[in-house]
Amino acid sequence: MHSEAMLVTRGLTRRFGGLVAVNAVDFDVKPGEIHAILGPNGAGKSTLINLLSGEIPPSEGEILFRDQPIQGKSVRQTARLGIGRSHQKTNIFPRLTCLQNCQLAARVHMGGIFASWRSRAHARMVDERAREVLETCHLMARADTPAADMSYGEQRQLQIAMVLATAPSLMLLDEPMAGMGHEETAQVTTLLERLSDRYTLVLIEHDMDSVFRLADRITVMVDGCVLESGPTEQIRRSEKVRDVYLGRHHEEATA
Amino acid sequence: MLHRYPKRVAIIMLVLTLLVAVFPLWGPAVFGDQVDFIQEKLTLMVILALFAMSLDLLVGIVGLVSLGHALFFGIGAYTLALASPDYSAASLWWMLPLVIAVSAMTALMVGLLVIRTKGIFFIMTTLAFGQMFFYFISTSQFAGGTDGVFIMFRPSVTVGEATLLDLSDPQTFFYFCLGLLIAGYLFLRWLTRSYFGQVLDGIHDNEHRMQTLGYATHGYKLAAFVISGVIAAIAGMLAAMQYGFANPAQLGWHASGEVLMMLILGGMGTIFGPILGAFAYEILLYVFEHLTIHWPILMGLTIIGAVLVLPRGIAGLIIAPPGEKSADTSRRKSETVSPVDASAQPVAAQNKEG
Repeated sequence: MHSEAMLVTRGLTRRFGGLVAVNAVDFDVKPGEIHAILGPNGAGKSTLINLLSGEIPPSEGEILFRDQPIQGKSVRQTARLGIGRSHQKTNIFPRLTCLQNCQLAARVHMGGIFASWRSRAHARMVDERAREVLETCHLMARADTPAADMSYGEQRQLQIAMVLATAPSLMLLDEPMAGMGHEETAQVTTLLERLSDRYTLVLIEHDMDSVFRLADRITVMVDGCVLESGPTEQIRRSEKVRDVYLGRHHEEATA
Repeated sequence: MLHRYPKRVAIIMLVLTLLVAVFPLWGPAVFGDQVDFIQEKLTLMVILALFAMSLDLLVGIVGLVSLGHALFFGIGAYTLALASPDYSAASLWWMLPLVIAVSAMTALMVGLLVIRTKGIFFIMTTLAFGQMFFYFISTSQFAGGTDGVFIMFRPSVTVGEATLLDLSDPQTFFYFCLGLLIAGYLFLRWLTRSYFGQVLDGIHDNEHRMQTLGYATHGYKLAAFVISGVIAAIAGMLAAMQYGFANPAQLGWHASGEVLMMLILGGMGTIFGPILGAFAYEILLYVFEHLTIHWPILMGLTIIGAVLVLPRGIAGLIIAPPGEKSADTSRRKSETVSPVDASAQPVAAQNKEG
């Protein structure tokens, strides 16, 4: 690897008609870090994630993943390169069991269905991998439960487990704690903390406590632009951020 | 688990299969001198069941509603009709592979063009291809135009000089069709429970998520489209043998619509449901036709009633009989914590389609 960063964007821009959702964003993710993206609603956080994962192509600018340009690649292609993502909305296969959900995720990255068809050993490896990630996410007890029958918090955790099962080198998590209660939020925060030893994470999250506890670095976005990017301590002390984002956020919270 | 059903499904299906299989024993006692006619009807039902089952792979399993499936049924019928020699029987040993090859090629070509579309667009493009083929055949001299093509001899099944099966014998042909239906059912059951089937289930539930995981979903859908088309073509070939001709009526959108109704009546996505649907539809049709010349009204009302009362068809009735609270359908609403964020709906609520 030439540059220090795992993922770099240069002048990344995405327009929807007249609206500039993401405006010339320079952003980088270092290997091993948890990089949180903060910003008020409509700041362009989800659009940025969608650009990184290939869900939508950028209007301008470039994205380098491990020094390779990936802008314009499809979600499937970025997934195969090792960028795993979870969505803001719960996005699991409700009719399959918890374990099957993870098997489905693991299998495609371990050689596909034909490899499992051909050899029992391969099918077993996929199964082991799936159980391993369920173990990591504390879902082992629910392995054979249809995903639709699990609690909302468990479904959100399953979603993270599925991303893990694809053995990504970079995980993009779009509001993993959305809609969770206090206890579940704490649980997932602990889980992400543990994962940070082995994975690089980009995280969009509204729960401030979790963000400041987890993130190594934070990028704050406002109106599609990067307001400030830096280590968590710097963002915490930043006047600019407090005025534009945290202030507003606290007003909202107390309103 | 998905595609695993309570034991009573297997028991009911086995009993029904046996009942159909031993028809020659009880048929004459019940139907008297009409028995030959009824057996012919029964053979047709078996063939249509195979046809309906093939569509279920597409509609019920993958979630792609096709209104052009009769195209493949017609391909099977016309391949047999046009490839059969005029004054002797063709051999099934090359006729069956030919039907499979022609239908697979057609399904591959049509599939490549339609598989990227979804929902109403998939319905319209499949309908368009079906109708294109319908008008092409019904205006083509070589295919006999609107009259169709007659098949003088059913294919022979011989080993060396000895005749293995005499398909021109109605009884043998009946068992031949029943055998293919059972083989088709076992194949599709295996397929839906396999890793491939799991991917198809994933595509049905959330294709986009499958792509995010790294699956090339179009390839899987195309494979399902081809398999479905080939099985439909085999059913079409059998139908042409049964009727003794291939006719444009077998491949118009009416036929595509009828088979879809069998699916709705029987229960989509279960593979065994459409078999029951095909039999139920044909029996209803027979009864209604005898009651009134306005039978389509009765049929329409029945289908509407079935949709209202039995949203999962006859199969749903067997899997989860009314009054019995069982969890084995895995389709019940999840008892989730009420979400705080409006954008974060539980999955079960998002998944509208049955």
